[in-house]
Amino acid sequence: MPDPKTLFDKVWDAHVVRTETADTPGVLYIDLHLVHEVTSPQAFSDIEARGLKVRRPDRTYATLDHSTPTLPAGVNGLKPYVTAQAEAQVHTLERNCAAHGVPLAGWDSDDRGVVHVMGPELGLTQPGMTVVCGDSHTATHGAFGALAFGIGTSEVGHVLATQCLLQRKAKAMRVTVTGELQRGVSGKDVALAVIAAIGFGGGTGYVIEYAGDAVRALDMEGRMTLCNMSIEAGARAGMIAPDQTTIDWLRGRKHVPVDYEAATAEWLKLSSDPGAVFDNEVMIDGAAIQPMATWGTTPDAGAPIGSPVPQPQSDSDRKAIAYMGFTAGEATTSQPVDVVFIGSCTNGRLPDLRVAAEVLRGRKVKPGLRMLVVPGSEAVRRDAEAEGLDQVFIAAGAEWRIPGCSMCIAMNGDFVSPGQLAVSTSNRNFEGRQGKDARTILASPATAAATAVAGVLTDPRVYLNEVEHV
Amino acid sequence: MSEPFQVLTSKTVTLSQANIDTDQIIPARFLTTTTREGLGKAAFHDWRYEEDGSEKPEAILNRIDPGEHRILLAGKNFACGSSREHAPWALLDYGFKAVISTEIADIFTSNALKNGLLPIVVSQAVWDDLASQPDQPVTIDLQANQIQRGNAEPVSFGVESFARQCLLDGVDTLGWLQANMPEIEAYERSRETV
Ligand code: SF4
Repeated sequence: MPDPKTLFDKVWDAHVVRTETADTPGVLYIDLHLVHEVTSPQAFSDIEARGLKVRRPDRTYATLDHSTPTLPAGVNGLKPYVTAQAEAQVHTLERNCAAHGVPLAGWDSDDRGVVHVMGPELGLTQPGMTVVCGDSHTATHGAFGALAFGIGTSEVGHVLATQCLLQRKAKAMRVTVTGELQRGVSGKDVALAVIAAIGFGGGTGYVIEYAGDAVRALDMEGRMTLCNMSIEAGARAGMIAPDQTTIDWLRGRKHVPVDYEAATAEWLKLSSDPGAVFDNEVMIDGAAIQPMATWGTTPDAGAPIGSPVPQPQSDSDRKAIAYMGFTAGEATTSQPVDVVFIGSCTNGRLPDLRVAAEVLRGRKVKPGLRMLVVPGSEAVRRDAEAEGLDQVFIAAGAEWRIPGCSMCIAMNGDFVSPGQLAVSTSNRNFEGRQGKDARTILASPATAAATAVAGVLTDPRVYLNEVEHV
Repeated sequence: MSEPFQVLTSKTVTLSQANIDTDQIIPARFLTTTTREGLGKAAFHDWRYEEDGSEKPEAILNRIDPGEHRILLAGKNFACGSSREHAPWALLDYGFKAVISTEIADIFTSNALKNGLLPIVVSQAVWDDLASQPDQPVTIDLQANQIQRGNAEPVSFGVESFARQCLLDGVDTLGWLQANMPEIEAYERSRETV
């Protein structure tokens, strides 16, 4: 009997070109390399300086998302880039892709989207693959049972030139979320609860596999949200074993294998064997998870909505609570919220927009509050508009934008002003992440929408239950 | 390709806060660059500058001479968050050559090593000791894997062996990876013909 293997072992082993030794890291083959405008220009320059070409443009796929405006072109036909430098960065990627034959979902493409929304949607991401991108939320693709992780720009150059990376194998952690989630509790709430349990940095050095009934019951979008935030616990990757949900979701997508049934038979073998050993195991009671929101400036500072801000345990806590303008011992549900942002690779997919629209239908955004809804991709935008969700948002008083990272990273001109308090469906509440001196509360799309109506951080079940009773 | 790194002797500067993320090290609005150069001014930008661009006089990084303080002593879980390699580029351009913390994020470690910025993880006791003597020069000897200061016992540290060798010798990692091309091609053939 061979030793039982984890899902991570199986995917890793299948991609080892050269085994690591004490002196040298392993050489790991990369099946899919996703590229965007921010972390790639220096990598293309590096390989060009050596006279190299992109070795496997057929395994490389690019998009424009981070520094792109989310407002359409003006009457003069000019796109409202935030700076000439942002525009130059986009043009640099367009030129690099053209020069190296790399497919680009550019401005005119129906496929364009935030890189981690687009990859799965196009079926580029598949179970058992190794997927990398110069972006730490690459872990998103692990929802399909891929080994997916973020890399730096030098490594982007390595993959462009060789299709491989120098890697040492990480340790394995399994996070099992048991039981059944309550109504109004989403993948985002699970993610925030998991990060609060592990701690910010508690996953450093690990690849996390998410397991348990509550994870199995999540739809693919919820699984992507959960894997997406693995990096917020310090883990480079998060993975979920493929199952029927995965197979049904991917079927018929543009880039999936022609012989789909044969592929799925292989994919279903990708689960951790009984008895596989993990370096660390964490158990979480899924039935006890409540809608979550953060009170501090790290993603692990999350608690059920309405619970008091904890007493600071360290100088960092004290600084975080002061930055947020909160008081220990008091709930965060009384502070007026200035901005609500729904979007990003964490929560910019169709079900995210549906639940937000469910809360907003027939209601109004609190006067004075700014609500921005940014679909994660052109496909999400098309589908949402076909269902009339855009009209629900606009009627409620929200802004409906074109796809991009937008206020998640706030480098395209969409940002939260100094001192303003935002409730955001993105993944980071760091100081200044959404704009200089901006204050961010992370929460689910349902919570964000409920907050937009109430004007203060609000448990979405108040509104979701009402909907159920009409 | 990184510059060789062998021995560094310098004073330290301490940023004791835990969880200093890469958005603090370089805010996202400085990421629209297409080169690696000149990011030192953006390093810890919002800690160092007011809204109108004037320097914050109280900011420690505005008070020191970067040429004399090449070692950053940082709080736990340093450089977590975004994978942006602009973070080590900015720190290097500011003047740092090494970062010492009790915990350093994975992706940053890998990015830093590729650029000649040495990340070192030490115990809390060593960290506290270093922080208590900010003006005492510290010597980081990568060949000996040791931190030396004053009369204190040298402290050993570990760096991933290959990255260490690359730093010591100035080895070109991409060149090393390319040398594996026959194996890479064989791997591709074995998979793509099945
Ligand atoms: S939406 Fe945010 S986290 Fe996702 S890729 Fe864009 S900037 Fe990164």
